[in-house]
Amino acid sequence: MELILAIAIGVLTGSGVWLILRPRTFQVIIGLSLLSYAVNLFIFSTGGLHVGQAPVLGPDGSGTLAEHADPVPQALVLTAIVIGFATTALFLVVLLASRGLTGSDHVDGREPR
Amino acid sequence: MIADSPLFWIIALPFTASLLAICLPARARDAVTWLGGIATLSCLVLTARLYPSVAGGETIRHEVEWIPELGLDFTLRMDGFAWMFALLVSGIGFLVVIYSRYYISPEDSVRRFYFFFLAFTGSMLGVVTSGNLILLVVFWELTSIFSFLLIGYWYQNVAARDGARMALTITAIGGLALLAGVLIIGHIVGSYDLDDVLASGTRIRSHQLYVPALVLILLGALTKSAQFPFHFWLPNAMAAPTPVSAFLHSATMVKAGVFLMARLWPVLSGTPEWFVIVGLAGMASLVLGAYLAMFQQDLKGLLAYSTISHLGLSTLLLSLGSPLAAVAAIFHMINHATFKASLFMAAGIIDHETGTRDLRRLSGLFRYMPITGTLATVASAAMAGVPLLNGFLSKEMFFAETVERHADHWLDIVTPYAAVLGSALSVTYSVRLIHSIFLGAPPESFPRRPHEPPFWMGFPVLFLVLACLVVGTIPGLTIGTYLHVAVESVLGADTPQYSLAVWHGFTLPLAMSTVALVGGTLLYLAIGDYLEASERPLLLGRINGQRIFEQVMVAISWRGARSLEAILGTRRLQPQLQLLMLAAVAAGAIPLAVDGLTLGKYEVKGPELAFAGLWIVGAACAVTAARQAKYHRLASLVLLGGTGLVTCMTFMWLSAPDLAVTQLVVEIVTTVLLLLGLRWLPKRSQAIVEPVGAAARLRRLRDLGLAIAAGAGMTVIAYAVMTRIPPETIAEYFLERSYLEGGGRNVVNVILVDFRGFDTFGEITVLGIVALTVFALLRRFRPAPDSIERPEQQHIQRVFDEAYPERKPDATAHDYLFVSSVIMQWMFPVIIVLAAYLFLRGHDAPGGGFAAGITMAAGFILQYMAAGTVWVEDRLRILPVKWIGGGLLVAVGTGAGAFLAGAPFLSSHFQYLDLPFIGEVPLATATLFDLGVFLLVVGATVLMLIALAHQSIRRLRASRIEEQA
Repeated sequence: MELILAIAIGVLTGSGVWLILRPRTFQVIIGLSLLSYAVNLFIFSTGGLHVGQAPVLGPDGSGTLAEHADPVPQALVLTAIVIGFATTALFLVVLLASRGLTGSDHVDGREPR
Repeated sequence: MIADSPLFWIIALPFTASLLAICLPARARDAVTWLGGIATLSCLVLTARLYPSVAGGETIRHEVEWIPELGLDFTLRMDGFAWMFALLVSGIGFLVVIYSRYYISPEDSVRRFYFFFLAFTGSMLGVVTSGNLILLVVFWELTSIFSFLLIGYWYQNVAARDGARMALTITAIGGLALLAGVLIIGHIVGSYDLDDVLASGTRIRSHQLYVPALVLILLGALTKSAQFPFHFWLPNAMAAPTPVSAFLHSATMVKAGVFLMARLWPVLSGTPEWFVIVGLAGMASLVLGAYLAMFQQDLKGLLAYSTISHLGLSTLLLSLGSPLAAVAAIFHMINHATFKASLFMAAGIIDHETGTRDLRRLSGLFRYMPITGTLATVASAAMAGVPLLNGFLSKEMFFAETVERHADHWLDIVTPYAAVLGSALSVTYSVRLIHSIFLGAPPESFPRRPHEPPFWMGFPVLFLVLACLVVGTIPGLTIGTYLHVAVESVLGADTPQYSLAVWHGFTLPLAMSTVALVGGTLLYLAIGDYLEASERPLLLGRINGQRIFEQVMVAISWRGARSLEAILGTRRLQPQLQLLMLAAVAAGAIPLAVDGLTLGKYEVKGPELAFAGLWIVGAACAVTAARQAKYHRLASLVLLGGTGLVTCMTFMWLSAPDLAVTQLVVEIVTTVLLLLGLRWLPKRSQAIVEPVGAAARLRRLRDLGLAIAAGAGMTVIAYAVMTRIPPETIAEYFLERSYLEGGGRNVVNVILVDFRGFDTFGEITVLGIVALTVFALLRRFRPAPDSIERPEQQHIQRVFDEAYPERKPDATAHDYLFVSSVIMQWMFPVIIVLAAYLFLRGHDAPGGGFAAGITMAAGFILQYMAAGTVWVEDRLRILPVKWIGGGLLVAVGTGAGAFLAGAPFLSSHFQYLDLPFIGEVPLATATLFDLGVFLLVVGATVLMLIALAHQSIRRLRASRIEEQA
């Protein structure tokens, strides 16, 4: 399990890094999204991988790490997902504005000579 | 409680009044004036009522904990000295409020003026009553900022803008230095509390960091008080409205520097460094200010340089290090405030009546305005140090001090001569002021015939001039006891014997006074005509602090920035990102290379076939998306969604249903968002020739290497982390208390809305800001020319429709995806219920405000997709900005509600409620906070999506208008 997830994080990172080094804005936005999956999964994994552990406390309201999933990385990642969406939206609008103003979708705002 | 101390109200009243002032209607001139008058008068009365306790030698303190861990408390402290200044600030503030009513013209924004003015008053009162040095610096900076805003009050005027900027630059640099100095003092003493600092004078002076601390604090004080060599901002600040000049730039704000020097005098003074730095600055300001004042042609400019000179006098006195000199310094600060404020207000009246402040054009005004003329003459005489006026008394004490020997230094020998010289020049410009304005031939040309101002405009001048007279004739009966209280609170046991009598017999100081008075008058008689005609000061005209300042500013902010950009900057993003990635990879690799990689002892789970299969799909999607992102954007987007779904399933698999739900809904809206954006990107077909040169291939190879290195590195690190047993974290803490203290069984949600509620509050604020930014950027959005045309598909459909006469135009597109859109419309209520469900169960089961909010937003955007923007907006008014604002307000309100229970911000309370039909419902304040999160997330998401979706109808409208034209 761990190995699979680690390799998956690596593949997502690699694809993301490759894309953000590309010259077109759309490539960069896809790359950033892939990178954010990778980073979210990584942060999530720091709490350890737990299959089939209760994410929610029982009716008595008590719990320990031995029988429950680690809530802290989950809380971190949850807000990261939402903020990630917001920054993607912001970046999208900036790239559209840049494209509208310069006529080019190159990351530098002008076609390379 | 906070509010039971009069000290607190002395600070809070002006700030409250200033906020009220800006909320009043623009035309309510009188209401605003009343507000300002009542606020300042209340401060005055509150201060005055504190006199009995202050006079008894008591130090009134009012403390509220702020950040006690950092030694930072909101401590207000009033002793005799602070009392004297608070009285001065609120008293002159009150007079200036009355005066401004008549000065500020109806065309200008009166409420803006009083907003700044009252806020400044509050800040200044804060400076004088701060009992904590850090708090003092905070108020100090606030005075700089409001001074900036007030100087720039007539922002249409270039001189006002430049003057404001210069004043802010100089005083803010000083303020920064002061902060650094205060931090050093805090380090030496171990506390920022003023009482502690005042008690550790010996320790500070003998500490090795004494000199840096002293230099930094003096930088702050000297810049604020416009002392040489930082004096030049003050004359430029005269572009401010005259009430501002009277209040800030003569009576109060510029006094803050000398106030601070006097405040810290027992701690910092008495060393050679203090003597030399403060003495030189004071002496230079005294003489140079007076010298330059003589040559001014602008009435306010003359008064500004005179202020520099008189503050120099106080500074010089403080430098001497003898208690008696400190008494004289404090006395002179008060005297100067009275006569200079009245002179400024008289200058404003003259400007108001004649329309000019140019001394060359003004003359013979006495016959038109005898009362103002008399008052101004008396005030000028006080400025010149004529006997029977208050200026004479402190100047006399000043002379007496300068002839004493204080240190074995050439500076001490020069001091008496400089004092006489400065005073003589001060007599010269005072005489010039009166002579050229009020005496002489009647004016030739004024825009209108000048006459006396309305009574209440002249009243403040009258009051202050009477104060000069009364203090000057019977000092012992009037100012004496109050001054003594102030002096005693600064000097304590060192308070010397002194006498405020007008007549001390034939003494050396009297002789010096006589020399100054006679010499100054003779000088005016000799060179008065020359001064009247001079364009710039003799000798020093070419050395211009202002010009040096501007050159430095240009060098730093323009040339420096340009050359730095030329050296370090590139306009190309790719090399920057390459460097960034290289640095990131190196930062990860170097520790691994140095320390080696060890795996932890955690027993990893064996590979599970289904999970492996899942990620084979996920990885394939990611890699293909990376390959296709250039030419096949839509395919790439779909593949990205595939990876997102696999991520979502991973969360599900690994016991994180909350994340899975959120990821799923975010995935939906992200895809919709990017789909909407695709429309505006340029067409790209594979026919475009790729650059296939060796250089391009090398570049791609390098990027590929970097990407593989980054990916491999992440794999290694992630695996190494996962093989470790997670250390003791705060997770146990949250698990134990989530239900007990937060009343929720979904620990993740409880962390978000309760334990770490403040973080979440910050996060949703960011989300709101981002959404507004997106909205603002799109309002001015102009698509590229080649994207304006209808898309090719629509074009084909249109041609098809037009070819068949029985078809209506756009009929094909109308029924596009008809079945799906009907389903989408029917699903709308279902989605709303789903969102409500996710929200309500969030505290105890997976769900919560974030997921529910995005679900709700997805419901809205589905309607847009199904039926089109126009159809939806005909039927549904969504006001996303209000959702955002409402969400923030609900969140803040919930947090602030805790104050009512006397608990800190965002403390939560919960109980369970049994509702009929629904059953037991958790009712926590945290749920209310979550409601704020929900509202804001809905608003922000919908705002971003709709703003983008609107672009296509805007384009259509624009093209229709063009077609019609």
